[in-house]
Amino acid sequence: MVVTTSWYLALGAVLFSIGAVGLLTRRNPLVMFMCVELMLNAVNLTFVSLGAELGDLGGQLSVFFVLVVAAAEVVVGLGIIVAIMRRRQGATADDLSVLGG
Amino acid sequence: MEAFVFFASAAIVLTGAVGVLTSRNPVHAALFLVQTLFGVAVLFVLQDATFLAAVQVIVYAGAVVILFLFVIMLLGVDRAENLGVEPIVGQRPLAAVIGASLMGMLLTLLLVATDGPTGAPGRTAPLGDAGDNTRRLGEALFTGHVFAVELTALLLTVAVVGAVVLARTVKGPMQPLPVVVVATSTEPADADAGPDTAADEESEEAGGA
Repeated sequence: MVVTTSWYLALGAVLFSIGAVGLLTRRNPLVMFMCVELMLNAVNLTFVSLGAELGDLGGQLSVFFVLVVAAAEVVVGLGIIVAIMRRRQGATADDLSVLGG
Repeated sequence: MEAFVFFASAAIVLTGAVGVLTSRNPVHAALFLVQTLFGVAVLFVLQDATFLAAVQVIVYAGAVVILFLFVIMLLGVDRAENLGVEPIVGQRPLAAVIGASLMGMLLTLLLVATDGPTGAPGRTAPLGDAGDNTRRLGEALFTGHVFAVELTALLLTVAVVGAVVLARTVKGPMQPLPVVVVATSTEPADADAGPDTAADEESEEAGGA
């Protein structure tokens, strides 16, 4: 059987949904970050698949920039998590509602 | 052959994603994340995106996950988490509904489009074969998108400086995070009264006590 682009897009959709559910349910901020990475990878897969379908390099160029932004996001986010965890051991996302008003 | 590789790596990707979702230990979640990222890298190779597959393994599996593991070990949060706790009532059913509806909508969209994805074929930057991929990507990045490349360089510099500033140790005693005092309904109603009356009330309270 031939694997068409729709299969890749469906896989990306399922992966994105799993990441979204993880982001909504998990309480550990590190695991929430990992779920964000899952969602970013799903979108990257979609970009590459559509680029291959349409014969355009633009999809891969977008994935390149997404990778760079994701790396920067992880660096800053983990810095924030380290700063929070130093002050409050074992903090979950529910404990960080100080800005919630 | 392509179908076999696709389904094998799709199974790897999905089991890794479910493992991230359900593992109680953050270290296990990070290792499942590596599994998913490798599966996505295989799918990139399958679509002739060889440079991105290499970058995926080097940057994500090599740097990002190592950074995750480093922070997990540094903070000492590598103990199992009790997943039975549900602090917000109805959070998980709601999240399941949101996730299922998201997946349902996306898959329905794909099923309805019987011709598969449509669109105009790209003409500005044609896609080469696998051996040509890195050269074409580099040419496109450093000619047409050179300003964006410079911006990402600036972004990375800012991120590094920000991480150093955020994670530095502050000299002197650490101040705890402020504790939120919830306002009660027994606030003094005459807050806008003059200073004299406020002083009188204070003296009265002191005298009464």
